[in-house]
Amino acid sequence: MRLEDTLRFALRSLATQRVRSWLTLLAMGLGTASVILLSALGEGARLYVRGQFSQLGSHLLIVLPGRSETTGGPPPLFGETPRDLTLADAFALRRIPSVETLAPVTLGSAPVSYGALQREVMVLGSTSELRPVRHLSLGQGQFLPAGDPERASPLCVLGHKLAQELFAGRSALGEWVRIGERRFRVIGVLASQGQSLGQDLGDMAVIPVASAQALFNSPGLFRILIQAKGPEVLEATRKAVREVIRARHEGEDDVTLITQDALLATLEGILRALTLAVAGIAAVSLSVAGVLIMNVMLVAVSQRTAEIGLLKALGAAQRQIARLFLGEALMLATAGTGGGILVALAGVELFNLSVSAFQLVVPGWAVPAAATVSLATGLGFGLMPALRAARLDPVQALTGR
Amino acid sequence: MIDLCGIERTFQVGGQLVHALRRIDLQISTGAYVSVMGPSGSGKTTLLNILGLLDRPDRGSYRFGGRETTDLNEEQRARVRRDQLGFVFQAFHLIPRLSAAENVELPLVLAGISPRERRERVAQILAAVGLGERAQHRPDQLSGGERQRVAIARATILHPRLLMADEPTGNLDRASGGEVIKTLETLNLQGLTLIVVTHDLELGARAQRRIRMDDGAIVADRGESA
Repeated sequence: MRLEDTLRFALRSLATQRVRSWLTLLAMGLGTASVILLSALGEGARLYVRGQFSQLGSHLLIVLPGRSETTGGPPPLFGETPRDLTLADAFALRRIPSVETLAPVTLGSAPVSYGALQREVMVLGSTSELRPVRHLSLGQGQFLPAGDPERASPLCVLGHKLAQELFAGRSALGEWVRIGERRFRVIGVLASQGQSLGQDLGDMAVIPVASAQALFNSPGLFRILIQAKGPEVLEATRKAVREVIRARHEGEDDVTLITQDALLATLEGILRALTLAVAGIAAVSLSVAGVLIMNVMLVAVSQRTAEIGLLKALGAAQRQIARLFLGEALMLATAGTGGGILVALAGVELFNLSVSAFQLVVPGWAVPAAATVSLATGLGFGLMPALRAARLDPVQALTGR
Repeated sequence: MIDLCGIERTFQVGGQLVHALRRIDLQISTGAYVSVMGPSGSGKTTLLNILGLLDRPDRGSYRFGGRETTDLNEEQRARVRRDQLGFVFQAFHLIPRLSAAENVELPLVLAGISPRERRERVAQILAAVGLGERAQHRPDQLSGGERQRVAIARATILHPRLLMADEPTGNLDRASGGEVIKTLETLNLQGLTLIVVTHDLELGARAQRRIRMDDGAIVADRGESA
């Protein structure tokens, strides 16, 4: 039997049960489309996170006090060592030639008040260099001035939201606010930047690092942010940082170093795994569509028992009959998959045209994987009904039993 | 052409063993016109199914055209059915979604013959059974007699050596039944071996050789020499 005759015969029999065929196509298409759309969502999220990180500044090295020996766990937030990371350490690290800029950071929580209004926020102590390192942009006024970091000037820069809450639309510049027990003059307000690495940049205040040490009564730094001169010297900088710290901390480099890349790689790994998991769940829906195909084909076999008997009487070989029914199943799978792929790609285009903040990206493996899985499903679930048809006893089939 | 020897066929019906055929010995020569009659359940359809290689006997030997068939496998039997046997059924067994021409074309499609040759042969044989004008009609647009003639055209398009008809007029009125019989007998006159299973005494009497069956055995065989 010629291939085109097999296909034509299969197509004609599908056409006679139009509703069932369309519903099966729909199920197959939905399954395929969901595999592609969900993986596009995951891939889009991964690329979005990567984009956010590069906004933060690449070749960033973060120095934390204390060291955890177990790799892979979360870095210690507070030192587990008797030796603090101090401003003097920061000055020493700044002398490393491959360091471009460096910002010491202390962090604490304190009430910020203006008049009768008070708000408990995170207070960041740092220097003027925090601004280039964290890519902060100002909405009004200026950032902390460059100068002796050990001088505790009574100046502060407020986050966007904090300024809004305290001053309710009036200009905050030049006003005095109370942070903890001290008074600070507002010299700038940060532009609204949203969240960055889990910190709400809008709801916080930035004061000089010496003022923060006095405020929290602690000489220890929360961390030191180092911007290397480029990605190629990142590793060298990392080594140099360890050496400087070892020299200063009686032979122990009791700090934890985190590079942005390592953090990014971890996050990307997580997102990639999530994408695969979500696509896998969608693939389950494809196999459900496969069960539907099997159902349609089994119904077809039992409805067309007499026809199968006739084909046998006319001398159709078992293989020919199996091929006719398998052809129908494969046609359903192929058409459903093709439709699903088109719908998914069109959907991604449409989404990307209408939403600019977040882009869906179909990963290269998604379309071939979806197509392979759905065709395999069609083949796998179509095989049993086809074999059942082929193995019918001709005499019983002819009488419709 | 046909040589049955000691054919037996039993069925299991509800835990009981039914002897559909008991030790059948039968020879049919090429070009014969044979009718098989008998009451319901006498085994005539089972005999036809075995002659048509749709069913296998439990015991005995069946030589068709000098070739032993009982040891053929399913695929080989399908091939013999396709190339040498034709069936006409009481219920016509036309595929409802296909036109008359497409139904007739089926054996050619299964045999892998090219579309151009198929068209010619289909047109030719439909004209021969007087249905040249009805080629594009679907079965539900044809009368019973026309449907059975389409079925006959389908059964004979590959020039089989043996045509078997199981109650070919059972679903037809007298006039269309007559046309169908005429078509079958014309084919027989052209040299095709014809076996008709029927309840209809008048139809059965038209055959040169008349076999009567009862309870799975041949009880009468008249006109064998003819």
